[in-house]
Amino acid sequence: MTALIPDFVMLPWMAFWEGLPPLMQLLFSKTTLIVFVTVCIILTVAFTTYFERKVIGYMQGRIGPNRVGPLGLGQPFADVIKLLIKEIVVPQKSNRFLFIIAPLLSIVPALATWAVIPLNPTTVIADINAGLLYVLALTSVGVYGVILAGWATNSKYAFLGAMRSAAQIVAYEIAMGFALVGVLMAGGSLNLGDITRAQAGGVSHWFILPLLPLFLVYFISGVAETNRAPFDVAEGESEIVAGFHVEYSGVAFAVFFLAEYANMVLISALTSIFFLGGWASPFEGWTFLGAESLLREPSFFWLAVKIAFFIFVFFWLRATFPRYRYDQIMRLGWKVFIPITIVWIAVEGVMAWLRIGPWSGMAG
Amino acid sequence: MLQNYIPVLIFLGIATAIGLLLMGLGFLFGRGQKDSEKLSPYECGFEPFEDSRMKFDVRYYLVAILFIIFDLEIAFLFPWAVSLDVIGGFGLAAMGIFLAVLVVGFIYEWKKGALEWD
Repeated sequence: MTALIPDFVMLPWMAFWEGLPPLMQLLFSKTTLIVFVTVCIILTVAFTTYFERKVIGYMQGRIGPNRVGPLGLGQPFADVIKLLIKEIVVPQKSNRFLFIIAPLLSIVPALATWAVIPLNPTTVIADINAGLLYVLALTSVGVYGVILAGWATNSKYAFLGAMRSAAQIVAYEIAMGFALVGVLMAGGSLNLGDITRAQAGGVSHWFILPLLPLFLVYFISGVAETNRAPFDVAEGESEIVAGFHVEYSGVAFAVFFLAEYANMVLISALTSIFFLGGWASPFEGWTFLGAESLLREPSFFWLAVKIAFFIFVFFWLRATFPRYRYDQIMRLGWKVFIPITIVWIAVEGVMAWLRIGPWSGMAG
Repeated sequence: MLQNYIPVLIFLGIATAIGLLLMGLGFLFGRGQKDSEKLSPYECGFEPFEDSRMKFDVRYYLVAILFIIFDLEIAFLFPWAVSLDVIGGFGLAAMGIFLAVLVVGFIYEWKKGALEWD
């Protein structure tokens, strides 16, 4: 690092840096990290849209975008420029202020939740003990964006879409919360870093094995929470056109879109952290990989691989399943997922108390 | 301790700034001509009739109430789950009774048809 920057720049900079009070140093380094993470998320979202179109294209026997740049990799940027120069139409009868504030309310939580995501064993933007509560609180705020958008637009399609979306999100939020209680019992902490550390020691220690039903409930609820296919009745284009964002155009639409994809990446990251050991390597303890194989070390690489896998599953589900009917969605949420999670929490509590199975270490 | 929360505030600020920046750019670059037809709410090509803030199904209200009950329950379960190794068998029994009461309520809702959508 120092070799790249000439001394006459580096030395005054170091002197300046050492001269700053510790609080300023903290603020400066954290802000840099936050901007870096945010830019990375936005780039990830851009290429996730490309990835989605490619994956679904190949699953349907097409090629997907392939004109803009090599392999079509310029497509996301072309889309961004197109959306930037489109007019933002604010309908006459809408609540102007709420109409404009709604996209902000969905993008802010989708980005800011990353503050507590442990990126690798040493890096987390805010190492707070109430990390999981923060995640739950912010993901719940996301629903306000949808409701306000549907209400402020003053259009029937948007209104219906917002009502559906809100009822669906709250139904699956309960299943999600119960699934997280199971993770908490196994992990013994609300700090996301500690939950990851509790899964150290190879694949057999990951929570996916003892908590398999909760893992399935959590991930499927995540798909429903983000309003993705096959649970996308909130914006089902064949029924209510585009649901809550029917009147949004240009960048206002792009912000909703960004929030939806950022939420997908977020759900993938959270699922990886809660059930697949986050940054932990699946090859931990495999001696035959060689004495100093980097593959065994925990690193951000493994978290990224797991996130990419779950994003792929999102697209796979979308290409495979037809859209659920609304009553089927509500039945799945209330009558299948909530009973499963309650039963599993009871089972887990009794097993932890009796020190049976994988919980014996944690309860000690 | 509270110092750990400063980055959270910074992140919330930066996220808001990015949202505002994007919307600002949109209003800056996205110029177009407005006319009354373009600004009227979209409704299958004809003039929208009646207000769109109409009456809606009471079941949405019911779902919202059920959500509050269950979400509160989850809020009680979180501290319990974290401190399970401290409170031991007594804590487990207490939460068992609490959950049992709620499950009875849940079964009642189910039998009453509050969870039916068709």
